[in-house]
Amino acid sequence: MAYSNKVLEHFQNPRNVGTLDKSKKNVGTGLVGAPECGDVMRLQIEVDEATGVIQDAKFKTFGCGSAIASSSLATEWLKGKSVEDAMKIDNMDIVEELALPPVKIHCSVLAEDAIKAAIADYKQKNGVEVASEATA
Amino acid sequence: MGARKIYLDNNATTPCDPRVVDAMVPYFFEHHGNAASRNHPFGWEAEEAVDYAREQVAKLLGADEKEIIFTSGATESDNLAIKGVFDMYSRKGNHIITVKTEHKAVLDTCNKLEKHGAEVTYLNVQPDGLIDLAELEAAIKPNTILVSVMWANNETGVIQPMKEIGQICEKHGVLFFSDATQAVGKIKTHPREVGVHIMAFTAHKMYGPKGVGALYVSRKSPRVKVTAQMDGGGHERGMRSGTLNVPGIVGLGKAAEIAMQEMEQDAARLSRLRDKLEQGFKEMEEIYINGNVEHRMPHVTNISFKHVEGEGLMMTFNQEIALSSGSACTSASLEPSYVLVALGLGDDLAHSSLRFSLGRFTTEADVDYALEAVKKGVNHMRDLSPIWEMYKEGVDLTKIEWAEH
Repeated sequence: MAYSNKVLEHFQNPRNVGTLDKSKKNVGTGLVGAPECGDVMRLQIEVDEATGVIQDAKFKTFGCGSAIASSSLATEWLKGKSVEDAMKIDNMDIVEELALPPVKIHCSVLAEDAIKAAIADYKQKNGVEVASEATA
Repeated sequence: MGARKIYLDNNATTPCDPRVVDAMVPYFFEHHGNAASRNHPFGWEAEEAVDYAREQVAKLLGADEKEIIFTSGATESDNLAIKGVFDMYSRKGNHIITVKTEHKAVLDTCNKLEKHGAEVTYLNVQPDGLIDLAELEAAIKPNTILVSVMWANNETGVIQPMKEIGQICEKHGVLFFSDATQAVGKIKTHPREVGVHIMAFTAHKMYGPKGVGALYVSRKSPRVKVTAQMDGGGHERGMRSGTLNVPGIVGLGKAAEIAMQEMEQDAARLSRLRDKLEQGFKEMEEIYINGNVEHRMPHVTNISFKHVEGEGLMMTFNQEIALSSGSACTSASLEPSYVLVALGLGDDLAHSSLRFSLGRFTTEADVDYALEAVKKGVNHMRDLSPIWEMYKEGVDLTKIEWAEH
């Protein structure tokens, strides 16, 4: 199975690897997946509370090259977006951008889950109503 | 890093030894005859070449050349052995005992036979990969016709207690079949010595060509027969029809001869290199060697690097170094290695495993380079891994409620 150039690029130069301070009120943390599944993504966002815009995003992933690329791409897309726009990111956008083969589509789904989980965590910390399926 | 390519995946397949290919070439061109052509020199030469190869293979096994049947490879040999015994001995019984860690060529064949009235017991293994001999003996019943246990495991290299299994089978009058694909040509595999009655193997794991293998079928005490699975002409004493792959067989014979001469020194050299590799990794944190380290092939090590996923890890060096992993992401089925799972590893360690299988053409420089490259890759992946970070912070990962997808 050959990887697409985009996946290789993200894998060799992952964007925004790291950790934000999860105790801060304006940081949302999403932790999805499970070690037994071979895929765990932790995605964090730091939101400007005044404007509702995501100023910073960081990730760490335990998983294959496509999983790492998907989460790296996600952090790239999140920076500068409003929280509401970030909710609209769909896994198929990731599949298209990275040219993921069918067998790797689930990596993009997990990345979308991670985004939504991070947003849900942020909203919960800030007393905003959270739709129940966001934390599924 | 350019053109350097290091091959440490010899359990998947091996390159041909140049001496093997040299022996084969004439049989593609000037000596291209069909070994079954009885009426002219082309056929006679081909038959002679096949007979000679049969002797070379028999010698490697400490067997008689009449006990060697040529096939297209170990998968076919496994099918012939298991289905062939089931068909031939159906009046005696229908129960087969095998092990959960066998190769798919054995497991899928047994599965298939279950749909045709076979009863199959799949024995568990202990955490080190060895079967429990008492469990095996307890599983034998009056209608048991076959015990099938692989000599050495392809993923972990673990070697089963063959002589003891042979004794149990002898005691209960049950046939003992072994898929010895990973052992033949690398360690001594004399079926008669351990009580194996039928044995499968292939050329491409011992520096021979792909597409040719053999089945050893005991002719004396006991005289075993298997019902042919390939019909049409009655070749190979009626047990396997089909025009013989003369060049392939010549290659297999040559590979067997070379193995007989060089096996011991290869094993000594490779086990030292394998140990060097293992020692190097043991200096890292959270490293687990999978499978019994004493009863193991000399050239194999299967290692889990905790909190790092196998396919991702391989991506850090796979342009230069060839290895295999037990990770789900590297399998067509998206399931983690069933062998490692049977050892009780836990899926996360199965996903984190790499198999190093050295070979005749592996140099010490290859091993030194691979050790550094893989270590570097592991450290890089751990920097990216949220669960490594959590482990370092002292978080008990077993207590987390994962939001599985």
